[in-house]
Amino acid sequence: MPQNADKVLDHQPLFLEPEYKEMLARKALGEGLPCAEETAKVGEWTKSWDYREKNLARTALTVNPAKACQPLGAVFVAAGFEKTLSFVHGSQGCVAYYRSHLSRHFKEPSSIVSSSMTEDAAVFGGLQNMIDGLSNAYTLYNPKMIAVSTTCMAEVIGDDLQSFIRGAKEKKSVPEEFNVPYAHTPAFVGSHTTGYDNMLKGILDNFWKGKTATPGTAINIIPGFDGFAVGNNRELKRILDEMGVEYTILSDVSDQFDTPSDGEFRMFDGGTTLEATEAAINAKATLSLQEYCTQKTLEYAETFGQKTASLHYPLGIGGTDDLLTTISELSGKPIPDSLEKERGRLIDAMADSQAWLHGKTYAIYGDPDFVYGMARFILETGGEPRHCLATNGSKVWADQMRELFASSPFGSQCQAWAGKDLWHLRSILHTEPVDLLIGSSYGKYLERDCKTPLIRLTFPIFDRHHHHRFPVWGYQGGLRVLVTILDKILDVLDLKTNEPGETDYSFDLVR
Amino acid sequence: MSLDEEVPFQNDGELHQKLIAEVLAAYPDKSRKRRQKHLSVAKALDTPEAKEEGLLTECDVKSNIKSIPGVMTVRGCAYAGSKGVVWGPVKDMVHISHGPVGCGQYSWSQRRNYYIGKTGVDTFVTMQFTTDFQEKDIVFGGDKKLEKTIDEIGELFPLAKGISIQSECPIGLIGDDIEAVSRKKHKETGTTIVPVRCEGFRGVSQSLGHHIANDAIRDWVFDKKDVEHEAGPYDVNVIGDYNIGGDAWSSRILLEEIGLKVVGNWSGDATLAEIEKAPKAKLNLIHCYRSMNYICRHMEEKYGMPWLEYNFFGPTQIAEGLRKIAAHFDATIQENAEKVIAKYQVLVDAIIAKYKPRLKGKTVMLYVGGLRPRHVVNAYNDLGMEIAGTGYEFAHGDDYQRTGHYVKDGTLIYDDATSFELEKFIEGIRPDLVGSGVKEKYPVQKMGIPFRQMHSWDYSGPYHGYDGFAIFARDMDLAINNPVWGLFKAPWKKAA
Repeated sequence: MPQNADKVLDHQPLFLEPEYKEMLARKALGEGLPCAEETAKVGEWTKSWDYREKNLARTALTVNPAKACQPLGAVFVAAGFEKTLSFVHGSQGCVAYYRSHLSRHFKEPSSIVSSSMTEDAAVFGGLQNMIDGLSNAYTLYNPKMIAVSTTCMAEVIGDDLQSFIRGAKEKKSVPEEFNVPYAHTPAFVGSHTTGYDNMLKGILDNFWKGKTATPGTAINIIPGFDGFAVGNNRELKRILDEMGVEYTILSDVSDQFDTPSDGEFRMFDGGTTLEATEAAINAKATLSLQEYCTQKTLEYAETFGQKTASLHYPLGIGGTDDLLTTISELSGKPIPDSLEKERGRLIDAMADSQAWLHGKTYAIYGDPDFVYGMARFILETGGEPRHCLATNGSKVWADQMRELFASSPFGSQCQAWAGKDLWHLRSILHTEPVDLLIGSSYGKYLERDCKTPLIRLTFPIFDRHHHHRFPVWGYQGGLRVLVTILDKILDVLDLKTNEPGETDYSFDLVR
Repeated sequence: MSLDEEVPFQNDGELHQKLIAEVLAAYPDKSRKRRQKHLSVAKALDTPEAKEEGLLTECDVKSNIKSIPGVMTVRGCAYAGSKGVVWGPVKDMVHISHGPVGCGQYSWSQRRNYYIGKTGVDTFVTMQFTTDFQEKDIVFGGDKKLEKTIDEIGELFPLAKGISIQSECPIGLIGDDIEAVSRKKHKETGTTIVPVRCEGFRGVSQSLGHHIANDAIRDWVFDKKDVEHEAGPYDVNVIGDYNIGGDAWSSRILLEEIGLKVVGNWSGDATLAEIEKAPKAKLNLIHCYRSMNYICRHMEEKYGMPWLEYNFFGPTQIAEGLRKIAAHFDATIQENAEKVIAKYQVLVDAIIAKYKPRLKGKTVMLYVGGLRPRHVVNAYNDLGMEIAGTGYEFAHGDDYQRTGHYVKDGTLIYDDATSFELEKFIEGIRPDLVGSGVKEKYPVQKMGIPFRQMHSWDYSGPYHGYDGFAIFARDMDLAINNPVWGLFKAPWKKAA
């Protein structure tokens, strides 16, 4: 009997017990799967250049993409505002998916409602769902703002949010003055980063529309869609406070996705107050930390006379230098010595460890700005980000990546892959292998198939806990990224050198 | 006589009625009227008829009705029921999430349907195949793109035994003819291609997606090929076991041990061949009645195959299930069943001796899908735990009727509960454990109440069978008796 009450066997060891191995072998006889030789042959072929060419020639099929759909970004950005409930108009299953997806990454609650449209609403439109839905959400959950976005069902049938919300207010679903910003977020356009942009613009429009700005001294900062927002936003605020900058973070989700366990469930903990959002019209500038999450929003901010600037995920030395100098330029505040010291400490650490990092090759995938920022830091360590892939990356992004590669001798063999997926990356890694892979939890399948060690540094991370609670931005964040990469390199080396009498001549105590 | 037999557990039905009244009071009038039909308290049934049927209580609520907008229903959609539940685990087929990228992305590798195979070569469960619709596909239709997608799958995944097309919302709205594409491509290639009309707006929950997925097996898989299979007298199919964390394997080992031959396992670790030859077996054993009773009824009607519901959660139900299954066969099988039950009794005794003292009298609230809110009840009872409340996301009337066989008088019953209701019920009852899904896990834990995910087994499992019961017992113990729950209150805060 394989199981044991004293030491209970989990699935992993349990199914390796002989009783189960034999049972599964018997099962295999009736499964009708191809024989082992054929599977091995095809498996080898999938690693070849021939397969790669066919794979890269795909035009219709997408396999293992590294992107999600617009409403995910919309509900993410809305969560950063004070007592704001996201209301997604359309089919209800979508909302169950966004909630699960965010909870699996953050290990936190994610509260979003749906207008639960079904077949009849597909025929007659979802106005009644909007009327009832807003009334219920407002009454039950008592939010200060309801941010409405859409699933693709509502988009395909052409529901008009503006007139529906107006109609709902006429029916007294919510008070006339109650804030109901909205954004159309069709899943068949762009990705979650587009949805972030659209919803943020919708929220700002709710407060700014028809008003004239009186330029003040503060600046607005938009973090963008970021799985590390909890750690990053807090680090960002520390840096801004250190510089003495007056600022408004437009959508601060850091507390929303990191509420304490003390017996109380806090459904709402968005960090950007509605008052501050309204006042943000008077900022003298708006800075986006992720260009591809904010293109429309920045254009919108410009119409109020604000200066705008955008960065690519401020990570590492150059990325953080740009962050500080841009903030300094926009705010007029100097960069304090304390931050310069932090810079020096990160460089000190990079110098101490440079021998382990120099010449290491990487594949990096994720959202366009993350990939840019990460690749830039790798170049600074003397590493080569050989394959940089963004499923939601554009041709313009690929050109920006090529410029980045051209700026460093370590970039000469690097390639940007825009619009490609992780099954493309599998072929690329088999044919042009690299030392390390940087990405999300989905990369574990590439790690398994290509034997490329995976470093989890971007959303979503489902199978490791709490990484997002620590920053990767700024010099301090850079230190953490550096240590994460070094740990992986040295752990892999230890695993390769730990066979007594075989490989352990290299099992060095000091590295 | 032990203490718990002297003072049998009694749910506080009066408190539960009060809680229902309180949550209903919070709704706007129109929604209150609709929600009140979905909430009730189980009433004891003492009639001789009830006794004869083994009914303990009546759980009288309305179910399988549209969710109310804006209330935060926990439910999913038909696509989730078809791709996520029924079709997704069929391992040697490629399942295309047909439409925009999100549905396939969010459901990618989330159900823990274990399988054996070389992923990406001969099996494909933990992969995300999508047509990734763009605006032009919505405007001009996606049939051409689907055809090309099928061609590309054929080229890049030559060992795939078939393809299913899992429709996302836009497909049914833009008038695409995926059936025509399937017929055309099948004609060209000979490959099994299954179009599934599981658009997310159909029906009221995952449930219709299960039904549509079942119908697609009937219409697009059965009787399409000459199936070579020499039927034996002990051939059975296991239907509605998705092999979450290996559940189907810890069940199959018992069925084989009593002398049966499992021809097909649906759909955890299943192959297309297993589905095709299923009609040749002698008996369908159905675990998840809610998601797969449809195909069992069809096989009964068309092939004269009987079907039997069973429950492999916890030793009481496992023993009953094995005896019930064996009763369909000859004396040898029946003797084997007794031997197997006796053999595992040693393990069961050891598990109960170890864990019951730590769990006795602990109360549990459940809120799961369409089966487990009743099926796991006796497993908890086996450990001395009691159910204070239970409810389903997407059950039908026959599920609530069956629930009466499991739950005791005064149990709080909630159908399609909203997050608001769940929070208030949990706050009011403060059970020792809540078993529900990932969306519910973190709010409940913040309240200081231990929680186990009862869809994914919280990344553990299997929970089926005797081997699974050991893991189940250990997991409930580690959830409830972890020291973290005692650390919530800062020492400088005054005691409440």
